[in-house]
Amino acid sequence: MTTTTREDAPLLDAIDPAAATLPPRIVVAGAEAPTAPAATGTPKVDAENVSIYYGAKLAVRDVTLHVPERSILALIGPSGSGKSTFLRCFNRMNDLIPGARVTGQVRLDGEALMDADVSVVELRRRVGMVFQRPNPFPMSIYDNVAYGPRRRGASNRVEMDELVERSLTRAALWNEVKDDIHKKSGLSLSGGQQQRLCIARVLATEPEVILMDEPASALDPISTLRVEELMRELRETYTIIIVTHNMQQAARVSDRTAFFNMGEDRAGYLVELDDTRTLFTNPKNQLTEDYVSGRFG
Amino acid sequence: MTAAGQSQRKSSGRAGRTIVADRVATAVLWGLGAFVLLLLGGIIVHFVLASIGFMSLSFVFGDPSESALGGVGPLLFNSVYMLVLAMLIAVPLGILAGIYMSEYAGDNRVTDSIRFAEEAISSVPSIVVGLFGLIAFVNLTHWGFTAMGGALALTLFNLPLMARLCEQALRAVPADERSASLALGATKWQTIRHVVLPLAIPGIVTGIILTAGRVFGEAAALLFTAGISTPTGYNFANLNIFDHNSPWSPFRPATTLSVYIWKTNSEGLGSFVQQIGDGASALLLATVLIFNVGARFLGRILTRRLTAA
Repeated sequence: MTTTTREDAPLLDAIDPAAATLPPRIVVAGAEAPTAPAATGTPKVDAENVSIYYGAKLAVRDVTLHVPERSILALIGPSGSGKSTFLRCFNRMNDLIPGARVTGQVRLDGEALMDADVSVVELRRRVGMVFQRPNPFPMSIYDNVAYGPRRRGASNRVEMDELVERSLTRAALWNEVKDDIHKKSGLSLSGGQQQRLCIARVLATEPEVILMDEPASALDPISTLRVEELMRELRETYTIIIVTHNMQQAARVSDRTAFFNMGEDRAGYLVELDDTRTLFTNPKNQLTEDYVSGRFG
Repeated sequence: MTAAGQSQRKSSGRAGRTIVADRVATAVLWGLGAFVLLLLGGIIVHFVLASIGFMSLSFVFGDPSESALGGVGPLLFNSVYMLVLAMLIAVPLGILAGIYMSEYAGDNRVTDSIRFAEEAISSVPSIVVGLFGLIAFVNLTHWGFTAMGGALALTLFNLPLMARLCEQALRAVPADERSASLALGATKWQTIRHVVLPLAIPGIVTGIILTAGRVFGEAAALLFTAGISTPTGYNFANLNIFDHNSPWSPFRPATTLSVYIWKTNSEGLGSFVQQIGDGASALLLATVLIFNVGARFLGRILTRRLTAA
C-alpha cells in the first residue's frame, strides 16, 4: 500500500540520532526564517514529499516539513486543505481508511514510519492523538486513563494508581474528579472535562508526540482556554502538532504555523510554514496573508 | 390589503395548518401505540384470566394425563431444555460470525450475498425447515426424533438471524470509539474485545431475545425433528446425558410446550383441551417474560464486567 523512497531508509538507520538532524525542507522559499527559534531544534518528526491519495483522488500534495522536539506546530487552513488527513500520517490512522495511500517519507526520530515492517501499535503508543470530538470510553474515569497501559500489559495496581493520578494531574483534571474516578463514567463529565480526560488518556501511554485534531472545536470558550493552557504546559515535555480552524488559537499556542490551502485540483498543499509570529504578521505568500487577515477560508 | 399583509396572513395560515398536522400526527401515533399496548395487555390478561381457575403447581410441574387435567411439567422442561440447547449452538457461533462479518469480512459482492442469504434463510417458512430437519437430522443421522435434531433444525434459521443481528449491533458502535482505542496503541482484537463488544452487548442481547422467542414459539420445525410424543415420568435424578431415558440427554424425543399446544388442539381428544391450551399459553408468556428480563439483566452485568478491566 505504501510507496516510500526506499534507498535512504537503511542509510537513516545507520546514522546516529544527533547526525540525523535534517536540513529544513520547506516548500516555500525563504519560509524558514533564520531567526525562528524552534527551527534550530532537533526534528522530532518530519515529512518529506508526502502525498496522500484516497483511491485515485489526490488529497494532499507533496508536503515537506519537520517539527522540532518540544515545540508546537499548528496546521491552519480552510476546510478541504488536507490538514487532518496530513496529521493522520504521523500515527498512520490513514491506514484505517480503505483505499487511502501515502507516498513519500514520514519519520519519527529519523526512522521511517510508513514501512510495512513498522509496528503500527508501537508507533501509536509513541504518537498519541486527541480527536475533534471528545470520545471517552463508556467506562469509569480510571479505566479510561488506564486503557492504553493495560492493553500494553500493565497490571501493577500501585503503579497504575500513580500513573492515573499523574496523567489526570498533567491534564489539569485531577482536582475536579479525584473523589470519584472509579464511580463516575467518563461520559458523565462535561465536554471540556471529557476532552481533558482524552488528553490524560493519551498522556498515560507516555507518548513522545501528541497529535491534536481540532481539540477545542467542540468546546465552550472557557474549556477551550483551559485546553490551550494545558497545551502550553505539555509543550515542555512533548512535541505537539495541532490542527485548528481557529487562527487565534494557532497564534496563541503554537511556536510555528503551517498554512495549508486547497489547490485547483482540490488537493491540499502546504503554502507556507514559518515562526507563528512571522506567519501572522509578515507572511511571505499573498495567499497566507489573505487567509490570516480573514479575506477567505 | 397590502401585499405584505397578504403574505403575512398566508404564512400564518400555513403555520396554523402545520400546528394542526403536528397535533394530528401526535394523536395518530399515540393512538397506534396505545392500540398495540392494549392488544398485548389484552392477550396477557386473557390467558391469565382463562387459566387462573386451574393454575397450580401440579399443572406447572405435573405429568400430562389422558383422563384428568394433568400438567405440562415435562413439556415446560423440554421448552427450556430446547432453548438452552439451541442457544448453546446459535449464540457463540452467531456472535463469532457477527464479529467476522462486521470487523473482518469487509464489504464486497461476496459478503453482500452472504448477508442477503442470512436474511433469506432466517425467513424460510418453519414447516420447510422442519421437513428438511426430518431428512437431515432424523433420517440421515439415524437419530430418530431427538432434542438435538430439533435444536439443529432451529439453528438453521436462528444462526443466520443471530449472526445478522450481532453484525448490526457491532456495526452500530461509533467509529469514534474504535479510533480512540486504536490511536492509543490497542490492537484490533483488543479494540473489539474491550470497546466494540461491550458497547454492542445491548444489541446482541436483543438478538438473543429475538431468537429465543422463536425457539419458545416454534412448533412446525419441531414436529418432525423433536417429535410429538407426550412425555411422562421424567427421572431428573438420572444425570447420565448419554442415557436416552434421562431427561438431560439431548438424544431423546423432546416435545415442547408449543408443540403440545398444537397437538392437543389438532387431535382434540380429551375434555381438557381448552384448559391445557390456555394454561400452557400463560406459562409460555411468563417464561418468555422471565427469560427476556433475565437476559437484559445478565447483559448489563456482562457490559460492566467487560468494560471494567
